Amino acid sequence: MASNFEALHADFPILDQTVNDERLVYLDNAATAQRPNQVVQALVDFYQHDNANVHRGVHTLAERATADYEAARGKVKTFINAADTVEIIFTKGTTDGLNLIASTYGEANVNAGDEIVISIMEHHSNLIPWQQLAIKKHATLKFIGLTADGELDMADAAAKITDHTKIVAIAHASNVMGTVTPIKELAELAHQHGAVMVADGAQAVPHMPVDVQDLDVDFYAFSGHKMLGPTGIGILYGRKALLQAMPPYQYGGEMIGFVHQQSSTWAELPWKFEAGTQNIAGAIGLGAAVDYLTKLGMVNVQKHEQELVAYLLPKLIAMPGITVYGPQDPAKHTGVLAFNLENLHPHDVATALDMEGIAVRAGHHCAQPLMEALGLVATARASFYIYNTQADADQLLTSLQATKEFFNHGTI
Amino acid sequence: MGLSKLSGLYREVILDAADHPHHKRALTSATHTITLKNPTCGDVINLSVQLDDADLIQDIGFTGEGCTISQASASMMTDAVLGKSKEDALTMAKTFSDMAIGKEHSQADMDELQDAAILSNVMQFPARIKCATLSWWALQRALLAEHGGNEEESEV
Ligand SMILES: Cc1ncc(COP(=O)(O)O)c(C=O)c1O
Repeated sequence: MASNFEALHADFPILDQTVNDERLVYLDNAATAQRPNQVVQALVDFYQHDNANVHRGVHTLAERATADYEAARGKVKTFINAADTVEIIFTKGTTDGLNLIASTYGEANVNAGDEIVISIMEHHSNLIPWQQLAIKKHATLKFIGLTADGELDMADAAAKITDHTKIVAIAHASNVMGTVTPIKELAELAHQHGAVMVADGAQAVPHMPVDVQDLDVDFYAFSGHKMLGPTGIGILYGRKALLQAMPPYQYGGEMIGFVHQQSSTWAELPWKFEAGTQNIAGAIGLGAAVDYLTKLGMVNVQKHEQELVAYLLPKLIAMPGITVYGPQDPAKHTGVLAFNLENLHPHDVATALDMEGIAVRAGHHCAQPLMEALGLVATARASFYIYNTQADADQLLTSLQATKEFFNHGTI
Repeated sequence: MGLSKLSGLYREVILDAADHPHHKRALTSATHTITLKNPTCGDVINLSVQLDDADLIQDIGFTGEGCTISQASASMMTDAVLGKSKEDALTMAKTFSDMAIGKEHSQADMDELQDAAILSNVMQFPARIKCATLSWWALQRALLAEHGGNEEESEV
């Protein structure tokens, strides 16, 4: 399978360049992925042929733009197997989607003494909205811990989720350790206690098949830019009955039914949650990204990344002076690998790798509580995607070895 | 070609300073202390300065965690300002910040910085400029703090 994916490079001209005189090896996909020509072309086509505001005009371009925008919604619905297209809300991204839930559903349903349960490995985007809601409502924010292997501690989850819990919000895949969490089991636990299940799918939807009905989640948020789509567009999936009962997020044009001087009614789902002119081109670009991934097949995407991790992780772990965080078993890993070199700050590692043409991230990855729990200040992180190859993994290994030698000897 | 470019940033003196930093300790008799963090990478510096009655830097020390560049820079900064007046130290901090973003300074100003001037190469690595300037900002903030001996936690 890995070899089939090599042909994809032609779709990603950005990868065909040198950085610091070396072949670019882009391993910062957890931060943002690259976009294939097909997605860029969809944006160009829209702007050059169909651009108009949606839901607002009777003219032909407005109809075309509206049809394209709504078609993109339909593609996403199929992609994550939502029961109904109205359950797909366009947002700016994962952060926006999670804030939407906290400030509408959370605002309406969380009261003093209630609990919100998240985990210690959450991205700040799935932490701060709940933390601030808890402060405002005098609710308690609880954190599920990790097992020694960096997986979510399900025994702890069972203990932390109680009848006082109103919201459980957990990342489907960690953006640091590459851990995949059992969202379906968590949803079952949450529902047993009358809580809603929110999943942060930013690192899952781009990399594995996701079926929101099978997972039985109530809300599921993700970003377009991590799955080959444009920036500034994302999706919030919400169960229809919940969305219908929720107050709007923002007020303005497009989201209204009737507006009177002293009162207003709201538009039907999903437009109730889409106030103002939306990122129309972004939605259409996301639709093209969904087409691209669908054509590859998410099972194949997952398999490709697992093959790369199965190849790289054991070699990385075997390298003296390197620590890989999170599961050591490749089968339990997404293509996200956080690591440190002994006696070397990850920033120095990232600068050295950059000189070798390799793009990795170094820092706390917007997960400071996780860093604290791991007793770390920061890590380096390499994250793989569909266009990465075994040659990229080899280049990382070679360059890490060279980096170690450089800093051990002060020269090369 | 690959890592050879790194030698421009990680000179021998810098690697040495990071491996064996000078003045890496907390002062017990500090008159000015500060904790600064770089939230983007998690680097932390706790800086303590002891000024005497004539506003001369009698002692200086730092603790904390950071990358090679930030550790080397803190070590070089403490070497450069020890024994200097508060005013001179502030001038040097300004020179360093300017230098790190590529502003020209007189040779005399640069000489004042001693080894720290070597870090001027950092401007070729824009993502790393903050690593080099963190300790100098800490010095500036500590010396300019209204009340001596305060503890402040702040982000740059
Ligand atoms: C797990 C996780 N959640 C949330 C986010 C936030 O996504 P965005 O910045 O697209 O809103 C990210 C992206 O870094 C992430 O990795």
